[in-house]
Parts: sequence; structure tokens; C-alpha cells
Amino acid sequence: MSDPITKTKLSNGLLVLLKEIHTAPLISNWIWYRVGSRNERPGITGISHWVEHLQFKGTPQFPGRVLDRLISREGGYWNAFTFLDWTTYFETMPSEKIDLALRLEADRMLNSNFDSQEVELERTVILSERQGHENEPLFLLKEHVQAASFRVHPYHHEIVGDMDDLQTIQRDDLYHHYQKYYVPSNAVLTVAGDFETQPMLELIRELFEPIIAGDQAPYRIRSEPPSLGEHRLTVEGPGETVYIQVAYHSPAATHPDFFPYLVMDSLLTGPGNLNLFGGGISNKTSRLYRALVETEMAVSVSGGLIATIDPYLHSILITVHPQRKAEEVILALDAEINAIQDKKPKPEEVARAVKQARALFAYGSESITNQAYWMGYTEMFDTYDWFLTFLDRLDAVSLEDVQRVAQTYLSHRNRVVGVFLPENSS
Amino acid sequence: MEEHEILNPGSLPGPDDITRVEIPNGIVVLARANFNSPSVVINGYLPAGSLLDSDDKLGLAFFTAAMLLRGTERRNFQEIYDALESAGASLHFEGATHTTGFGSRALAEDLDLLLELLVESLRQPAFPTVHVERLRAQILTSLAIRAQDTGDMASLTFDQLVYAGHPYSRPDDGFPETIAGITCEDLEKFHRYSYGPQGMVISVVGAVDPQKAVDRVSEILGDWQNSDQGEFISLPPISPPTEILTCEVKIPGKIQSDIIAGTIGPQRRSPDYLAASLGNNILGQFGMMGRIGDVVREQAGLAYYAFSSLIGGLGPGAWYVSAGVNPANVNQVIDLIRQEIARFIREPVTDEELADSKANFIGRLPLSLESNGGVASALLNLERYDLGLDYLRLYPDLIRSITSSDVLETARRYLHPDRLAIVTAGP
Repeated sequence: MSDPITKTKLSNGLLVLLKEIHTAPLISNWIWYRVGSRNERPGITGISHWVEHLQFKGTPQFPGRVLDRLISREGGYWNAFTFLDWTTYFETMPSEKIDLALRLEADRMLNSNFDSQEVELERTVILSERQGHENEPLFLLKEHVQAASFRVHPYHHEIVGDMDDLQTIQRDDLYHHYQKYYVPSNAVLTVAGDFETQPMLELIRELFEPIIAGDQAPYRIRSEPPSLGEHRLTVEGPGETVYIQVAYHSPAATHPDFFPYLVMDSLLTGPGNLNLFGGGISNKTSRLYRALVETEMAVSVSGGLIATIDPYLHSILITVHPQRKAEEVILALDAEINAIQDKKPKPEEVARAVKQARALFAYGSESITNQAYWMGYTEMFDTYDWFLTFLDRLDAVSLEDVQRVAQTYLSHRNRVVGVFLPENSS
Repeated sequence: MEEHEILNPGSLPGPDDITRVEIPNGIVVLARANFNSPSVVINGYLPAGSLLDSDDKLGLAFFTAAMLLRGTERRNFQEIYDALESAGASLHFEGATHTTGFGSRALAEDLDLLLELLVESLRQPAFPTVHVERLRAQILTSLAIRAQDTGDMASLTFDQLVYAGHPYSRPDDGFPETIAGITCEDLEKFHRYSYGPQGMVISVVGAVDPQKAVDRVSEILGDWQNSDQGEFISLPPISPPTEILTCEVKIPGKIQSDIIAGTIGPQRRSPDYLAASLGNNILGQFGMMGRIGDVVREQAGLAYYAFSSLIGGLGPGAWYVSAGVNPANVNQVIDLIRQEIARFIREPVTDEELADSKANFIGRLPLSLESNGGVASALLNLERYDLGLDYLRLYPDLIRSITSSDVLETARRYLHPDRLAIVTAGP
């Protein structure tokens, strides 16, 4: 993961990161925009995600179906993601064809159609996407826990948006959002794979540098005040299974406590996984698996925290054993939380967390798509150095750090406890 | 259509860089080196799938596979996972219809550890009672979740409808009442009579010399014999639907419905398979999900997902269309799906569609073989379907040789808009 990269800023503010990897005849191209659900206010929730959908509907130069066809016929793999802090589009293509992906991204940064009829057709598609989520108890629980965790900060709402907004957002709202955020000064381009850096950089300059930088009007994000007490909530819906989600306010990715927190979470719920593709490592030796699943309080437990610009959530998700009640499981969870606060962890627990992270990076590095993803992802909340120093910073976490972070963040006052209860349960 | 020569077939795995050895007890070992990666993947399977399950103990193969890592004669559950997780390694088993498969990976430095745990759990599982009960509760919970999932229930019911009376009509993970009836003794017996070297295939890919991989597997598995290992099951014949069969699964309180409409397709070894697969790409895969996605999602805005699938497999797998839609639009979407199937067997696909899908199939090959896991599963498929070690290099020419009339004639042998099983699951 320490191979050299080239990092350049174009005259219009577009940040470009390039990494040559010559192991397979493939190139992965990613364009990142610093816009996500964090940049939305009530009334336009879900708009960033909707804009992402409309970016596949074409430009005058690449009409929708032409665009799709051109990429797919080269065996390209392409997709897009909208997240809390960012929206990204990628194409992984045979090396010889990558100029198509670059031309496409340069073009749709500026020239997407946002045709009114397409907007209306996509409205029903997005409503259907949201309704599909609403079929899932875990989505319903997460949405409520997230909303209860953020009273003020825009992390309050789900990325897909609220139903009411999805029914009322208009074409011009979408186009305005696109014009405001899809500008070079708000974007990062990351390319990894089988190319030579200099000609690649020249091609990127030729395609992207003519695009006007754009006014990156500062968007003020309201910060979340400290929580004044534990929130507890229940969500009821169809089902037979009880779920618990406990969410603690956790530090931002750039906060010095983030790395000790990652180690602490790894001890509690098992290793997190920064790879976009490929599975992780099981968590059967984690403290919560032993305390909840091995004791038959729960049938599964998982958890993790995400690297974000602003403080987000450390989430623990528990599927309750059919013979148990949510309340007794929460008590058992709290006993483990107390234990990690009361006593320093063993050195071998921390060593294991570091080895697991090293293994996961090794697995992820097999994929050129992952390599390009890492470069852009880390630039969204920090810089690529965050990635390069990741293992060293994990390694530097002391036993005392882990205990201190547990004491600082894992308080009742700092959390929301949500329980999903099946409607037809006794 | 212009033809792009973007692929050098010599860079794909082939006879000169795949090692294939059958060791004397019948196990086939496949290996390929990739020293660009510091890790190693070991995947494989043995013929111990749910086909061997009786109706009243359905889920036994699945349950047995899930028990293998719950304790062996040498290590308990926590010792097994302590060894695995401390190394950042992973290992899992899963019972499917024909086979029980395994997948694992580790840093290359931990190859021996991984092989040791794999072999120990395959050969010497202990089936500790406490873990049998713990796992039973976990499986029962997953079945309760399945019963509430519209996609899972549509799929399960579709298999029951289209494969009525055939083993493929049964879910591998069983039903609550069959899982409840499985005893420790059942698990031990299933292991004793179904697990063995005959029919086992193991594929090792990554930062390890292939000869060394074969030697290590031979050392650790070469002495495995099981005279009790049963014969392989042959499947009864099956006829596809001759009319429209429908079933509606009600799951109260759900917001969206899942639809599956389809029939039985060709098996993977059938000469029809590649033409059907290429046709399926045009019907409901290419780009934003082919013609089906275009009609249902892009033109009508009726669904977030709508696509077609061709399973192939060892027996004749299904060929079907899936969509997730608002309950109010179910009938409209079913009509659209049937219209597209009608068009698909009425007229040939266009030259442009054919060229696009051919280019897509050939062009995406390097991406599918990028990771050790991708290569390991490709090697297993070569073995499972008798495709030959040169298959991946021949593949581009096999795809290029398919004509639009091949696609049409093949589709006509399987698909008909009035001979479909159609299932919806929703509120």
C-alpha cells in the first residue's frame, strides 16, 4: 500500500490522484464530489442521491442509453454511490478503453440533461427504491436511530431521503443542486491501474481543465450539540425477530481518537473492513460475540464506525435470540461496555486487531478498483496520507488509549438505543 | 460492428499455468500462482449437498456444513476461531444443493494454518451438543427472517412451483419443522456417509508455488479414505411449465412486492448454455439490465430493479425475470415481462445488441479474474462442468461464434410467455 502515487491540482481546482499498477490490463477511474446527504436540508432530503441517478440519464454528447452501452460493451464495470459526505462515480475498464470513461466523466460534470420527463420517471424508481428499503426491519430501525441521534446536524436523515421530499422535489431543485456541487473545485479524480502517469495526466488536463472551476460557496453545516441524556426508542413492524441497534456518537475521521476507537470497536464487535469489495473477517472471538451469542442472548452481533467529515455514529447491531427479551440483552451488553471501561485490554487483543487490518488491506489490494477507491475515499474526509499511515496509527494505539476512549465515548448519555419489535409478537 | 482486439487470450489462465493433479484417493487439486498478491485463497467443494437430505430432515447438509467449525476432535469453537481470526484469516463452509462448498483466505505466511484448519474441520468435526442447539436457534432465526423477506419468499415459492416433485423444489436450508427435527446423530451420520475424498475438488490460488500447494494438499489429505462415502445421486427428469402457473405469497405489512417469472433453462454443460447466456444478457442483464430493465425501469419508471437470470448449474437451473415493484404495479410489470419474453422468441436480437453483449462478455473476463478469489472460483467451474483447462482461452472465440439465430432458436427451446411460473410476494 506504499507504492508511489502522483497528486496534482489542476488550475480549476480539480484534485487528481494517479497510481500506476501493472498487474492486470485494467484501469479504474473514479470521480468524487464533496456532496452527500450532509449537504441537504429538510425539504430536499434525498436530492444528492436523486442527482446521482440522473447522472446516468445522459448528456447531448452521450445520451442515456448510448452512455450505458458504450461502457458495458467494453466489458466495463460502472456504478455510483451516494453517501453522507460524498457522491462518487466509477468505471473499471480494460486499459485501452479508459479514455471513454474519462471523457464521459468530464462531459457529465457539466452537461447532464436533467430532462423533466426523465426526472419524473426517476421519481417513481426512487420511490420504489425507498419502498424496497422499508420492507427491511433493519432499515426502519436504523432510520429511527439515526434521526434520534442527530437533532440538528444533517446526518439526521437517511441518504435515500424522506418520502415527503421524494414526492415534492422538482426538476429545478435537482438541476440547481447539480450545478452547485458538480464543479471541478469540489471534485477529486482518482485513477489506478495499467497506465503511464505522464500521458494519463496530459489526457486528464485536456479533458477536465477547460471546465470552469465553479463557485464553491461555503455551505454551513449545523453542528450537533452534546447529547444531554440517553434516548431510547422502539420501532414496530411486520416480522418475527427482535433487533437492537445501539449507536454512540463517535469521533470524526480526523480526530486523534478515531484510531483508538477503531481498535476498541474491533475488540468489541470484530474487525471493520475498509474494502469496497470482498468479505471481511468473522468476529467470533470478539468480546460481544462471546458475551451475547455464546451465551445465547443473541444469534448475531456486528458493529462498526465509519470515517466521516463530522462526528457520526459507532453502531452495534444485535439480533436477539428468540427466547430472550431485548432488555436483558441490553443489560448483558452494558456489562461488556463496563468491562472495557474498567480494565485495559490485553496486548494480544490489540495486536490481533492490527494483524486483521493488515490482512484486509492485503486482500483489498488485489482489486484495482479498490485501490482507486481508497485514494478518493480518504480525500473526502482527510487526505490519502490517512490511508498510507493507517496501519502505523493503529499500531501506535496503546492499551491506555483504548480504555480512555471507551470511558470517553461509551456512556449512556452519548447513545441512542433502538429496538425493533415485531408487531405480532406477544 | 467493429471488433476490438483488447484481450490477449494468453494472459488468461490456461493449461500452461494452471496445475491440475488428481491425487490417488480421488481429490482433484487445482492451483495457480499469483505473486502480485501477498495472500492466498483456498476454495473447493465436495459432493455432500441437500440432494442427499430426506424430506423430513431437509436442511441436514446445510446444518452439517455450518457445524464443521463449531468444534473438532482437537480444538473447540473458540480455539478454532482464535487461530483463524488472530491471523486475519477467514474460512467458511456452506451446504448447497449438489455440494458443500468451502471458501477461505489468509496471508500467504499463514497458508499452513489455513490448510490445517480446513482439513481438521472437514475430517474430524466433533458436533458438540451445546453448539448443535446454539446453531439450531441461529438457523431457525434466519428462517424466520426468510419468511418475512419478500425476495426470499418469492424465490423459494418459485422453485416450489417450477420444480414441483423434483429435488430442486426444496430450499437447501430447510424449513423450521425439518431443522427442529435434526439430531446430533443425524449430523454425525451425514458426515460419516457423505464426506470423503471422492468427488472433492480444491483450488489454491495466490502467493504460493503451485507444486508446493499440491504437495501440501497431498500431505494433509492424501491419506483420507472413506469406504462409507455414498454414491452420487442422479436427478429425476423434469418438465417445464406448459401453462401459466401462479402463486401469490402474502406477507402483511410489507411496502413492496417482489415478482419472479420464469421457467427451466439449460444446464451449464448443455450445448445451449452459451447462446442462452448471451441471449439472457440481452434480455435482462446488459448495461442497466438489458431489455427488461429498459422497459420496466427506464421507460416506465416502475421498479428500482428488474432483470433476468440464467442459473445453468449441474441440473437444469431456472431462467427467470425478477423485479421489485409497488404492489399497485404488479400486474402491469408482469405484462411487460411477458411482452418482452414474447418479443425475445418472436424476432432475432439485433446485430448491434448481439455485438454489444459479445463485447461485454469478452471484455469483462479480465476483471472477473483480477482477484485470487475470482481465479479460484473460475478454476472450480472448469472442473465442475468439465470445461477443460484451455476453456478460458477458447472462451472469446466461443462467444464470437454465436449468431443471432443461435440465440433465437435457443430461446425458443426454453422460453414462452404463456408457459411460465409467476410468483409474487408482498402485502
